[in-house]
Amino acid sequence: MKTLTDAWDWLADASHWSGDDGIWHRLAQHLVLTVVCLVISCLIALPVALVLGHLGKGGALAVNISNVGRAVPTFAVLVLLLLTPLGKLGEGPTVVALVLFAVPPLLTNAYVGMRGVDRDIVQAARGMGMTGRQMLFQVEVPLALPMIMNGVRIAAVQLVATATIAALAGGGGLGRIITAGFNLASTPQVVAGAVLVAVFALLVEGAFELAERFAPALARGRA
Amino acid sequence: MPPWSGPLTQSPGSAPPDDCLARNDWICGEYLTTRRHILLDAVVQHLQLTALAVLIALVLAVPLAVVARRWSLASGPVLALTTILYTIPSLAMFSLLLPAYGLSASLVVAGLVLYSLTLLVRNILAGLRAVPEDTRQAARGMGYGPVRLLLTVELPLALPAAMAGLRIAMVSAVSLVTVGAIVGYGGLGNLIYAGMNTFFKAQVLTASVLCVVIAVAADLLLLGVQRILTPWTRASHA
Repeated sequence: MKTLTDAWDWLADASHWSGDDGIWHRLAQHLVLTVVCLVISCLIALPVALVLGHLGKGGALAVNISNVGRAVPTFAVLVLLLLTPLGKLGEGPTVVALVLFAVPPLLTNAYVGMRGVDRDIVQAARGMGMTGRQMLFQVEVPLALPMIMNGVRIAAVQLVATATIAALAGGGGLGRIITAGFNLASTPQVVAGAVLVAVFALLVEGAFELAERFAPALARGRA
Repeated sequence: MPPWSGPLTQSPGSAPPDDCLARNDWICGEYLTTRRHILLDAVVQHLQLTALAVLIALVLAVPLAVVARRWSLASGPVLALTTILYTIPSLAMFSLLLPAYGLSASLVVAGLVLYSLTLLVRNILAGLRAVPEDTRQAARGMGYGPVRLLLTVELPLALPAAMAGLRIAMVSAVSLVTVGAIVGYGGLGNLIYAGMNTFFKAQVLTASVLCVVIAVAADLLLLGVQRILTPWTRASHA
């Protein structure tokens, strides 16, 4: 219990919130890193998944990439990239490693969602004379949207978690408060940092939950 | 003297040898032969931490899933709690448990147990829920009591879903152990962490590749176990 009150005291100290090592700065770094990587991952994964799903090809590939992704430790990829010439580019290795880990869930979910669209509906659309492009954007993508968004949600939460590990390799973000705490042998700071990270991750999960609840009926798959 | 060309490769007074350790190459046979024992120790620690964590999680997950299946009131809180635990980043999870366990192997195992628990409870519960009501009725009609029904009908039929969860949990645990390097119990992660600080390329690459090899081997092992435990699923394919 003593550690918890000490951690609370650490959080309550205004000097820990300001400055380059401060909580606000770390939080901003974490947020920027997560958003940038999520956008890049979506730009890479979604077009590929939508086209593959539309054509009905490469399904085994999309699913297998996801399984392989789980077996490769994020931390190992980060350190490997850090030791390459890319490591000299500041946040470069972190961004590449994070994107590599966000792509598999996006790819798999979007592909599975596209294939899950009722074949009869696609046939009907074709029968109405729709072109491939029209079928993709007016029929398949809207119907697959709940699964696609589920992938985005998984990727976002995974990014928040993985951005924490970046601190182990000297990157920015909230994880730095924890690693700094370990280096200072300050258990209250470690616990305070962990609470901050956990709350942030839960807030992101909660934000997606809310977005899902208030989204138009179509995006919830209830249309 | 750079840390990667340790005393094993250099004799005093002579010029540094021109081997891959001195050049700090990514791939280095010399590294494998000279640091064999360090690698072996790290692999053993990695396997011990993973196996212990997944085993404890399995022992906890089965009763939790059975309880959640039997009393639907319990399933909400059980699922919500395990989902929240899974959302917490691994570095934070290990750190949050620090006051309770200190800098020990138990800290890493406890963190991994919490992660594996989520995956296992969800999958076992899904497996139990997928057992057809007709099958249960038939077993009851044959005079099966609730315990016998659970042990000889429901759990075996839930095995494929449970094994799928176990495989994901195992592979994730193998890769998450590396984060334990922050407290000094990360198996191969320790070598990656140390190699990062000294720019020891061969050590980082070798340890990373070994992590993936362990994950793939564990996955194949569980796949084999699943085939042995569920012979009826194979018969339908033949």
